[in-house]
Amino acid sequence: MNSLYESKPKRILIYCLLILWALISIFPVYWMLTFSLKTNAEIFGENVAGLPREWVWSNYTRALHTGNMPRYFLNSLIVAIATIFITLAASVMATYAITRLRWKGRKRMNSFFMLGLTIPIHASIVPLYTTLAKIKLLDTLWALIIPYSAFSLAMGILVCTGFMGDIPYDLDEAAMLDGCGTWGTFFRVIVPLMKPAVATVGIYTFLQCWNELMFANIFINSDKWRTLPVGVQSLSGQYTTDWGPIGAALSIATIPTLIFYVFMSKKIQDSFIAGAVKG
Amino acid sequence: MNKSFRYKLNIFLFLLPALALFVTILIAPIVMSLMYSLTKWNGFTTPEFIGFKNYVELFTSKSINISRALKNAFLLALLSCCIQLPFALWLALRLARPIKGKTALLSIYFMPVLISTVVIGQLWLKIYNPDYGVLNVLLRAVGLEKWTQIWLGDKKYALGAAFVPILWQYVGYHMLLMYAGIKGVPTELTEAALLDGCTPSQVNRYIIIPYIRPILRVSVIFAVTGSLKSFDLIYVLTNGGPSHTTEVPSTLMISMLFLRNRYGMGSTIAVMLIILCFFFALVINAVFKEEK
Repeated sequence: MNSLYESKPKRILIYCLLILWALISIFPVYWMLTFSLKTNAEIFGENVAGLPREWVWSNYTRALHTGNMPRYFLNSLIVAIATIFITLAASVMATYAITRLRWKGRKRMNSFFMLGLTIPIHASIVPLYTTLAKIKLLDTLWALIIPYSAFSLAMGILVCTGFMGDIPYDLDEAAMLDGCGTWGTFFRVIVPLMKPAVATVGIYTFLQCWNELMFANIFINSDKWRTLPVGVQSLSGQYTTDWGPIGAALSIATIPTLIFYVFMSKKIQDSFIAGAVKG
Repeated sequence: MNKSFRYKLNIFLFLLPALALFVTILIAPIVMSLMYSLTKWNGFTTPEFIGFKNYVELFTSKSINISRALKNAFLLALLSCCIQLPFALWLALRLARPIKGKTALLSIYFMPVLISTVVIGQLWLKIYNPDYGVLNVLLRAVGLEKWTQIWLGDKKYALGAAFVPILWQYVGYHMLLMYAGIKGVPTELTEAALLDGCTPSQVNRYIIIPYIRPILRVSVIFAVTGSLKSFDLIYVLTNGGPSHTTEVPSTLMISMLFLRNRYGMGSTIAVMLIILCFFFALVINAVFKEEK
């Protein structure tokens, strides 16, 4: 039997390569966090890549006071929460109809929804822009919440179908025998058992809308409704020479995701896998 | 009330929210885009039907230069398939074997996927900064002064410099998918092969890689369609410049729409993109099926 492993020098070389790529992967974020705490003098020459010598927390207060950072943050949060709520409600309901209720054409309905996995957002920019303008929703948070929910739906239904398939059908029948109707079974039996799907869909949807740029850039004009990506982008355009506060603004937009990731990395990775494996 | 009617009504009510969203936001706009693409329209007046004139202009006009944008997008797709995916596969195969610090490495590799493309773009803008950016500072520090460039501002280097962060950001994503696939390979298969005298690289080549074909297919589709649609990082890094050398179809579309108010032509580019994405998804599916 051959050895399971390569020779020692080769193993060490491979390990070095793996570590090198880890450093390259993490460097921009490390650099962002450190220069967000430095003075311009340090950033521009004295200490380009090291840890800050003097921790300039005032960069963060400046980032919070210039522009509308707290507002962008709040907008992003509202959009994310509303989108997650709508996506989850619509996809759990639709999945229930597709997998637990018996009717002709439910398979076809499922494939119809799965089309959503392949439709690029480009297809809808012009029609959405003109329609949202007509119904006076342009330049409101709804202009983001509604499209984001629609585009997360296919993924939501895909994940919910997987989880709902794990719930034994006997439970439905027992509930029906006990006098629960279709709605009663749905709310008392299915919904409480969908918690793992809620986490997976919620995480995936959150990250999609927290980071989305194209719609957020086009459908929002006024500063007070901007979300973090667009807000940070315009701030960076305004303060090109003050890297410290820009770094702080970028960090403020990123730190929630990072904290989230440190505590639930497995769950987050699983939600990305769930979205792709069947798609 | 009739019982079966009530059952049907319930089915409809359960489907209603999802259907309403799906049809109004995803399906109807495709049809509308198709119609707009046949018109001359500035967004304010009534659209004027002009047949396929937009399509003809799109592919013949020197000033729009769609062929350059398409060439850039295809180059990105090619680089993605030839560099990014094989590297991601290598990482996944490595991490699937017993190795110290596996979870930490996996989590670090995946991290860039989670960060907003605007943040990534702004950071790379600063890495590429000609005067204070880490890249040039590093080159100067090791005595390679003559290698320093104005990276994103130089016509010769801008495209390559803009592609590096795009390829860099999604290595972890493809790696994660492939890693999940490799974890699904039954251990009896790989163990039996090892007992029969296969080397680990033979196991990779003849057992693991064929087994995870469905995942590789998804990865290739994502890499190709993602390249065709690429927008965020290009928009932040160069917005198509300098002098349009880094233009991709999406940036052309956006400038058509919101700088020149040519909604008809913008829709034409959108329709072209949708068709290309579906076409390549179908071709890749067919290729992966045929070889089975």
